[in-house]
Amino acid sequence: MAKYVAQRLLLSIPTLIGLTLVVFFVLRVVIPIDAVDLKFASAGVSDPEKAKELREELGITGPLAVQYLRWAGRLVSGDFGKSFYTGRTVAEELILRVPTSLEVGLGALLITIVIAIPVGILSAVKQDSFADYISRGGAILFYAIPGFWIATLILVFSSLWFNWAPPTEYHDLWVDPWANLKQVALPIVLLGLSPIGTLIRLVRTQVLEIIRQDYVRTARAKGLPSRTVYTRHVLRNSLLPIVTVIGLQVPNLVAGTVIFEQVFVLPGVGRYLLDAVQRLDLFVLMATNLFFGTLIVMANLAVDVSYGFIDPRVRLN
Amino acid sequence: MASESNAPSAAALGYAPRVQRTGATGALFGLGRFARRKPLGFAGLVFLAVIGFGAVFAPLLTSYGYADTDFTARLNGPSAAHYFGTDNLGRDLFSRVLYGARVSLGISFAAVLLAKVIATTVALFTGYYGGWIDKVGQRFVDLAIALPRLIILITLIGLMGPSVSTMIILVGLTNAPSSVRLIRSAVVSVREEPYIEAARALGATDRRIILQHLLPNIFHIVMFSATVTLGAVILIVASLGFLGYGVPPPQPDLGAMLSGTGLTYMRQNPWMAVWPGTVITLVVFAFNVLGDALRDVLDPRLRGSR
Repeated sequence: MAKYVAQRLLLSIPTLIGLTLVVFFVLRVVIPIDAVDLKFASAGVSDPEKAKELREELGITGPLAVQYLRWAGRLVSGDFGKSFYTGRTVAEELILRVPTSLEVGLGALLITIVIAIPVGILSAVKQDSFADYISRGGAILFYAIPGFWIATLILVFSSLWFNWAPPTEYHDLWVDPWANLKQVALPIVLLGLSPIGTLIRLVRTQVLEIIRQDYVRTARAKGLPSRTVYTRHVLRNSLLPIVTVIGLQVPNLVAGTVIFEQVFVLPGVGRYLLDAVQRLDLFVLMATNLFFGTLIVMANLAVDVSYGFIDPRVRLN
Repeated sequence: MASESNAPSAAALGYAPRVQRTGATGALFGLGRFARRKPLGFAGLVFLAVIGFGAVFAPLLTSYGYADTDFTARLNGPSAAHYFGTDNLGRDLFSRVLYGARVSLGISFAAVLLAKVIATTVALFTGYYGGWIDKVGQRFVDLAIALPRLIILITLIGLMGPSVSTMIILVGLTNAPSSVRLIRSAVVSVREEPYIEAARALGATDRRIILQHLLPNIFHIVMFSATVTLGAVILIVASLGFLGYGVPPPQPDLGAMLSGTGLTYMRQNPWMAVWPGTVITLVVFAFNVLGDALRDVLDPRLRGSR
């Protein structure tokens, strides 16, 4: 098992390197605007000397390959650069913001799993019943409804009917956990709802397939309580594709986190990114893009590793 | 389809010969059969046809332009004059939703078309030739799938400035990799079919085999994946608009109509918040039920996979 995990870890390194290449390429080659020029233009000054100095200081001069290696070298030592505008280091900001984004994203993932797996199993066990139709219809509906629309509706109607508006001041989880939970509960639930549909449908089809297997009949025949049959024999055997699909939902959750941080004014990495896009804050953009990409790579890694736990055949191969 | 012409004739197998209907009548009968077998999917198709019609013929269906302001009729609810009401500038919401659907759906369609052309080309090429080309291609696809799509789109569109063509190209490019695997697996299985071997034995060139034999036989997979991707891409385009990176105003954008300055006025006229979201939801819903139905009809073995 340790060998399998180590192997997967090593395999994610080229993906991470690829990710840095893509981020660098997008921000330094595809974008036609120069960040330093923009900074000077927005301040209303034109000083080629100073601009050149700043570029030297930031390490964005010379051939692109050299620039990339310089940037990557700093990344390895934990130096993400500085914001052009606030002057604070990106690392400092990330330490403050990452917990908020992770809280929302992981919370939503938890909501999805906790709701979708039981509902999917129920839907399969009671196939073609009323409950099944409701859950299947609901599943597609949840997929189709844009979460940000529900958020907008809730904001509009709760202010209209209950005169309620989300707090604009952010409460830190470690300082005031209760106030923080009240604040993030709504975004977490709304974000968790959209992947539910995909997952319910998958769990249902998987379970439907497994239920018909001989070993399930055997398990029943030897008198196991149906609870044990479902958790130990049915769910365990249908887990592989379910875990795969949960992994595939992570990019959507990441995107949703950005949207909901904006809607509910939460100071996470997503808002940091959106603010940085407005003024081409180069190093912030590079770091935040990299952060979200790394999250997805990590999620894929977690999925791969869990394959090894779920199915012994995988780790022996 | 080529596979049908290669199959032994029904009569030879002792079955009653099937009436071959071609052209318009054939399509109509096919549609009728689809409606009977998959009523929900058919309902989705009909709804999409209606919305598509509304989007294409928007100028004929409404007498108000999407940017026509009328300050005597601000923030009105639905009425005979304004079916969906009006917004804070007195613009007709029905027109704005129709034109918004026109823009959002137009961008999504074009982006998905681009994405599928790229994905199919890559899949045909790597799947058919196999070997190291395939291996390298697969590694690239793995990397591309691990990218945070919406984040990269926000970054790129935010910095390059939103325009219809930028959005089509960027949304199309970022959505291409996700279906390469599905289409490639279809290519790989078709590649092993006897009729491909037969074509090769007859001396057909790779180019001919790929275009004349492989492509027609995986085309239904491409269509199915396009239907599903369309739903997802419409949501992406709406999210971009919502975050302020949609088509520039005064062009209406279904996502952008739900945020920005409109947000402050929605308390006074909640209909402003209701219509655009309803249309997005119904369109995505329709594409999904249609996609499901198509998958079941076209290939029952694919049931349950995405």
